[in-house]
Amino acid sequence: MSNIILQAKSINKQFGAVKVCQNFNLEIEKNSLHALIGPNGAGKTTALNLLTGLIKPTSGSISLNGNDITKKSVNVRSQLGLARVFQITSLFNEFSVRENLMLAAGAHQKTGYRFWTNVNRDKRLLEVADEFLEKVGLNQRSSILAGNLSHGEQRQLEMGMALATRPDILLLDEPMAGLGPGGSAKLSELILELKHKMTILLVEHDTHAVFSLADTVSVMVHGEVIATNTPEVIKNNQRVQEAYLGGVSGGAEC
Amino acid sequence: MKNLLTFNRKTVVNSIGLILFLILPFLTKSFEQEYLISFFSMILIYGLAAASLDLILGFGGMISLGHAVFMGIGGYSVGVLAFHKYESSSIFGFDGTENALITWGVAILIAGVFGLLTGAVSLRTKGMSFIMITLAFAQMGYYFFVSLSKYGGSDGLSLYNRNELLGLDLGDDVTFYYICLAILVLFLLIAHRVVNSHFGKVITASRQNEQRVQVLGVASYRYKLAIYTFAAAVAGLAGALMTNQNEFASPELMHWTKSGELMVMVLLGGMGTLFGPVLGAAILLLMEYFLAMYTEHWMVVLGPFLIIVVLFAKNGLYGLLVGSKDKNV
Repeated sequence: MSNIILQAKSINKQFGAVKVCQNFNLEIEKNSLHALIGPNGAGKTTALNLLTGLIKPTSGSISLNGNDITKKSVNVRSQLGLARVFQITSLFNEFSVRENLMLAAGAHQKTGYRFWTNVNRDKRLLEVADEFLEKVGLNQRSSILAGNLSHGEQRQLEMGMALATRPDILLLDEPMAGLGPGGSAKLSELILELKHKMTILLVEHDTHAVFSLADTVSVMVHGEVIATNTPEVIKNNQRVQEAYLGGVSGGAEC
Repeated sequence: MKNLLTFNRKTVVNSIGLILFLILPFLTKSFEQEYLISFFSMILIYGLAAASLDLILGFGGMISLGHAVFMGIGGYSVGVLAFHKYESSSIFGFDGTENALITWGVAILIAGVFGLLTGAVSLRTKGMSFIMITLAFAQMGYYFFVSLSKYGGSDGLSLYNRNELLGLDLGDDVTFYYICLAILVLFLLIAHRVVNSHFGKVITASRQNEQRVQVLGVASYRYKLAIYTFAAAVAGLAGALMTNQNEFASPELMHWTKSGELMVMVLLGGMGTLFGPVLGAAILLLMEYFLAMYTEHWMVVLGPFLIIVVLFAKNGLYGLLVGSKDKNV
């Protein structure tokens, strides 16, 4: 039990009459790479928003490292070690790449408000920023405004910012979306490097990447997790195949 | 890496501005236009208020339509304390005073506390609701002082003479002018450091994408409230100076049109440029001064001018001067 870092228990979420999550259960083991897959509209991003705290569940509970965080705000969850990479790139476009990373770094250094030191001379921020510039391979682009980066580079920066908060668990929402083959490979490499050093919840639409990377795979259909197991078992699961290949998938496509 | 050329250009523009303000009293003397010095003090005071508004409006993206209320509170702090001094009566157990160190301090404190309390409520809202709620708080302040008949109600409150500051004669317009200038420069130096600190970056980041700031683990609300309170306190000081300048405090000081005027100054000068709003204040007041000689409908000219600036100079007139690339100071 104590090996579970993030647990969602019978989460329900309704927007008006629309049930986007029904009896959603998920247990993620510490330092594992857990993948969440499912057809379009299955509610994967909603599930991540619930875990991150951007939306609050109608019922059910979420715990992080054994602490109940169901009612905790987004920023508190982040301070408790939860980081999120968005599907739709969400950066500070008027800031340079380095400034984006410094902001993320500063958010997790408990040194008060720091309203006097010039950020560009704040060593504690610069060091962390440089470390993650290197890690995500953006050293050459550090002074470019984030809004002027290519899509692939923005994805890299997203990763860097999430990592710069030094999380225990990283929630990745379709990090490969929109990347060319080269970018995809690079990102897979980075994810492999992080694997087993921290907990990763990887949400992907593309199942190929997932089966090669993940320790555990959960399949979500119509707002519900229908199976959780190793990639091999999931691949051969009858219900999963139905969900993806036809049969019940008529509804799942919308 | 910062573009060196832009950086230098800004230093040059700021230095010219500072030198110009420093020698203005000598210029007015040599052209025998000494009466103008009060007018220039007014520019400095409005510049201070507008620059403080820029902290929340330009940097924080919090569109406040009630910033003048803090000026009014600061102005009345000075007026009311002076009033009790003449009456030799007390207010809440304190004697009245004309000592600037006390009256200006009280102005900063009360405006700051009012900013903290109203900000704590207002900042829970966003967008249009924020505009409306700040406007509502400001109008509350306005009508509060209008109905305080003891302190003149809608007629306002006159000062017999200006405050005393460490033996300086504030009654002398040139001395007062230099004190306003010193305060403005000091504020700009402090604010410049603040907006370039990590704290300032969090504020600017919140304007761009507040949800992302929170996902990074920052309680953005607290940062916004802190800068809101700071800006309110500075506006309070501007109000205290204004009452000294005019030797008069009136509810008009916090009417919503005053808040609108401050906003126009920020827009004209350039949002998020800090120094721009001072330029904006100067331009607006100069336009009013000269155009009013020809027509009382001088706003007919101001309106189109403002539209042109907003449309074609993204970072205001200050942005045009320094090159608009370098937005965040």
